[in-house]
Amino acid sequence: MQKIMREQLIEKAASLLNNGTVTAVLGWGKGEFDYDVTPAVFKTEEELKAGFVWNDFCGANFSKYLVKKTDRLEGKLLVFLKPCDTYSFNQLLTEHRFDREKVYAIGVPCNGMADIAKIKAVSGEGISAVDTNGEKIAVTTIYDDAPVMIDPADVLAERCINCKSKKHVAYDELLGEEGDVIDSARFDEVARLEAMSADERFAFWQNELSRCIRCNACRDACPACTCEKCVFDNPASGVENKSPANSFEEQLFHVIRAYHVAGRCTDCGECSRVCPQNIPLHLLNRKFIKDINEFYGEYQAGETVGSRAPLVNYTTEDIEPGEVFDRRDK
Amino acid sequence: MQVKEFKPLIVAFCCNWCSYAGADLAGGNRLNYPAEVKIIRVPCSCRINPMFILRAFQRGADGVIICGCHPGDCHYTSGNYYTRRRMAALFSMLDFLGIEKERTRLEWVSAAEGAKFAATMNDFAEKIIELGENKRLEDLRCKK
Repeated sequence: MQKIMREQLIEKAASLLNNGTVTAVLGWGKGEFDYDVTPAVFKTEEELKAGFVWNDFCGANFSKYLVKKTDRLEGKLLVFLKPCDTYSFNQLLTEHRFDREKVYAIGVPCNGMADIAKIKAVSGEGISAVDTNGEKIAVTTIYDDAPVMIDPADVLAERCINCKSKKHVAYDELLGEEGDVIDSARFDEVARLEAMSADERFAFWQNELSRCIRCNACRDACPACTCEKCVFDNPASGVENKSPANSFEEQLFHVIRAYHVAGRCTDCGECSRVCPQNIPLHLLNRKFIKDINEFYGEYQAGETVGSRAPLVNYTTEDIEPGEVFDRRDK
Repeated sequence: MQVKEFKPLIVAFCCNWCSYAGADLAGGNRLNYPAEVKIIRVPCSCRINPMFILRAFQRGADGVIICGCHPGDCHYTSGNYYTRRRMAALFSMLDFLGIEKERTRLEWVSAAEGAKFAATMNDFAEKIIELGENKRLEDLRCKK
């Protein structure tokens, strides 16, 4: 259950639409099921009332959409941002990817989003309706009239269990109260993997990454991946097809993708959320964040606008790549 | 049946101003280093896109070594400082994926260090021969 109700958001958006402050609203729209909420643009109050959604499945981070949606827009675009989304928002502003003047950002407090895979693990397949407005999540399946009641804390998405901040770092208007930055245990899983032997780590990643179907959803959803031309769209690379002989060929794709966003990744967790194969891609990004924090000092991408990312910066006293391993082996 | 001796394929990226000249000096001084080391000359060590290294592994290299000017000596003032940060992150990530950490190395070799160049290459090649073939990062689709 979220602190702010859907009606409040619609009312706010409608009043800003009607008084001409904004010309369009970027919000969460109805999908085919209650749990596949999709990003949508609303232009009128009627559209909002018919299709706007705000529930525990509004995971989508809208920051990236601002790049294209504000490009040819007349007037301002209203956008709803959860705390983690505002970090990506700042990061994209740092990179001059959209015009701040064209955006009216409303901060929305977030209680954490639910993971439909975890819900399905409890209720089973065949979900016909999910209601997240109560204290407990009510899941109705086609097999049973009585809904299954689930505690939201049990089905919280991974990135929300390890939520790094409830604080909005950018907004024009904030609904609800300001939260705090949380000292989360988000690097624990990375540390657990680091403690394994190289062979165990290889087996772990082989198991995870061999499920990859190269749908590119992680790239498409990632707010840091906003290049107009992407290296993975290059048909001359010769790696666009799967090879029948090796099930682990997509590893380099994920290393490259993680490297391209290293230092700019705000750890919003969109890559893992959209992955249809449930690969824990955020671990690769977190590994980079953890390393950067250890080697070059604490850095949170998107905390402020205009900060210089660690990998495009240097000091004369930086750690040598060889020393990195020496230090860990001790 | 005779077992074929393992000849590693080692790619060495050398910066034009220091390490490439260092390799030249090693040659001029008739110092031995393995013929399996294939040198690719780059204008500066920071010209090396981390993707070059991954591509080399993907296409079957058994080890990749990067040589540049000593920190502070870069022909372009600061190029190798960027290289140092990039490679620290990349090598650490490859290690995280379970790739043997000895397969990648960054070494500072100046134009006067012909002996260091030869010694580094000998040592690196020895390590790679110990490790054996690069099976983990090789991409079968790239096999010709």
